[in-house]
Amino acid sequence: MATIEMSNIKKRYPNGADVIHDVSLAIADGEFMVLVGPSGCGKTTLLRMIAGLEDITDGDMKIGDRRVNEVSPKDRDIAMVFQNYALYPHMSVRDNIGFALKLKKTDPGEIKRKVEEAAELLGLTPYLESKPRQLSGGQRQRVAMGRAIVREPSVFLMDEPLSNLDAKLRVKMRSEILKIQRRLGVATVYVTHDQTEAMTMGDRVAVLSKGNILQCDTPQNLYDHPVDQFVASFIGSPSINMYSAQLSEGAKSIRIGGEYVELTDVAHISHPNLASYANSRITVGIRPEDFELVDKGTPNSITATVELVEALGSELLVHFNTDAKAVVVEGAKDEEETILEASGAGIARVEPRAGVKAGDIIGLRPNPAVMHFFDVNTELAIY
Amino acid sequence: MKVTRVGWKRYINGVNFGVVVVILFVMLPIYWLVISSLKQPASLGATPPQFFPNPLSLANYRDAFHTYGFGIYFRNSVVVTVVTTILVLFFGSLAGYGLGRLPMRGKSAILITLLIISLFPGIAVVPPLYLLERTVGILNSYQALIVPYTAFNLPFAIWILRNYFQGIPKEMEETGRIDGASPWKIYWSIVMPQALPGLFTAGVFTFTAAWTEFLMALTFNNSNNYRTIPVGIALFGTPFNIPYGTIFAASVVAVIPIGILVFVFRKSVVSGLTSGSVKG
Repeated sequence: MATIEMSNIKKRYPNGADVIHDVSLAIADGEFMVLVGPSGCGKTTLLRMIAGLEDITDGDMKIGDRRVNEVSPKDRDIAMVFQNYALYPHMSVRDNIGFALKLKKTDPGEIKRKVEEAAELLGLTPYLESKPRQLSGGQRQRVAMGRAIVREPSVFLMDEPLSNLDAKLRVKMRSEILKIQRRLGVATVYVTHDQTEAMTMGDRVAVLSKGNILQCDTPQNLYDHPVDQFVASFIGSPSINMYSAQLSEGAKSIRIGGEYVELTDVAHISHPNLASYANSRITVGIRPEDFELVDKGTPNSITATVELVEALGSELLVHFNTDAKAVVVEGAKDEEETILEASGAGIARVEPRAGVKAGDIIGLRPNPAVMHFFDVNTELAIY
Repeated sequence: MKVTRVGWKRYINGVNFGVVVVILFVMLPIYWLVISSLKQPASLGATPPQFFPNPLSLANYRDAFHTYGFGIYFRNSVVVTVVTTILVLFFGSLAGYGLGRLPMRGKSAILITLLIISLFPGIAVVPPLYLLERTVGILNSYQALIVPYTAFNLPFAIWILRNYFQGIPKEMEETGRIDGASPWKIYWSIVMPQALPGLFTAGVFTFTAAWTEFLMALTFNNSNNYRTIPVGIALFGTPFNIPYGTIFAASVVAVIPIGILVFVFRKSVVSGLTSGSVKG
């Protein structure tokens, strides 16, 4: 059981590449902290620095009360689960799980007891004598977990442990990992590029981009109060719709494409700084579920052409096009996704039985109370 | 309509026919070698040729060992080859691991140098090596062959093993580090067991090369006490008499160890050669 404290951590490779700029983060004991970001954002490097597999160029790394910058991985009292599990193919499940204990010269009876306890917890008891190659992906993943658990470390580190599993199994293992973590109460740092995984698992989620932590907060706060355009568009699926817009009549209404949407008092109360952007260009962000489907031409609505409707049963995802100019945040979405989008494209989440079909011209009325506003230059959120 | 053949007839197809042809092509000379070694001198050149030795005779084997001192050559070959193989595998695996894994400057320069060494024509290095060994004073000894054999077989072994080590996920070693294993322990308990096929490949190749090497063995060791099998067999003949039967018998004995090795390790050898090229 321990906390992790990083202050002003920096990482520069010998070739001069800066991968971690200046990261400070404190992880409480027993907390499940998720590091999320697009590939190349430095999340795995940061995790490896906690593990001691990468040198720390500058800053302090503390586990518990101890500064561990120069402490070797084995003395940091951590356990790590890798994306490819890194099971030893020539050892049985039992030996894989017990390897670390054997290295510590633990008494054989004790090893047996601990390994069997972990196997019981993970449902691996029937497979103890199997070799990793005889196991399915999910079972291998559990062996990797077992190997981490038996050591009773004070910190768990997990590097995309679920990304080699198929979608269904991933959802199942998500909750299993959470259950185990809750039961053991060990501080956990979990790296993923999947924002859904981050949102569903993390007590807190740190969003990284280009070697910086942009925001670290609870999943709900990240969703409701993103600090900038990147976090807003990275978190949430389908992504937030962002358009370039103009405040008019001071800041009474906002022009999105050719249409005006009145900003109610609620918007101004929750975003007092909006007034200082009177009559200037800003970026507006609207979550897919914050649109109301109305007839075209309804006041305060945006006229949109329906391009495609995805019926998910519980809801409809309406892909639409408007005359507004969409703002694309670099790196926050998969590239394929952005290439396919027209310049004023967006997605609205509406009622399942709304009866919308491709080719329809509809009105979408955004809810001003939950709109997000961003500075055009700094891309920071305006509150 | 496709006819489903039953019984032994279902094995009749083009692929199996090809296999049979290849097997015959390879096996017939070996068969001839073995039966000839069991013939008496008179039956050796008989017309028409005897496909089954009649009468069967072990005289050739007795001759090879008693009259021609084949036992000494065999012992010398075993010593030289086994020591060479052990040395090559020991140095080759360490060097291969270093070149495959550790952060190191000038890796590619080293690897290219190794490649050049292994491509060097043997005949070109024999004269200088002879002078060198004469100066050092190790002509006519086991090390006269062990040292150059090790040197010339190492590059290939290093390349094979390096490829093998590179195919082992880094995370396994990192897990080992986190679990508290020392570098030596990681090497022995985690890396080596997974590199076994690579070791077998390099081992079989080295063994075969050293076992059959002729030129250096002939040049460096001309004392009968240190001759190896290939040279020994070649010198069985005299200007007046070439004892074919004895040569056949000795050759059979010489082929056996390699045959066993390749047979036992055939799967590993193939997988060792293809590793690195095919991931997964």
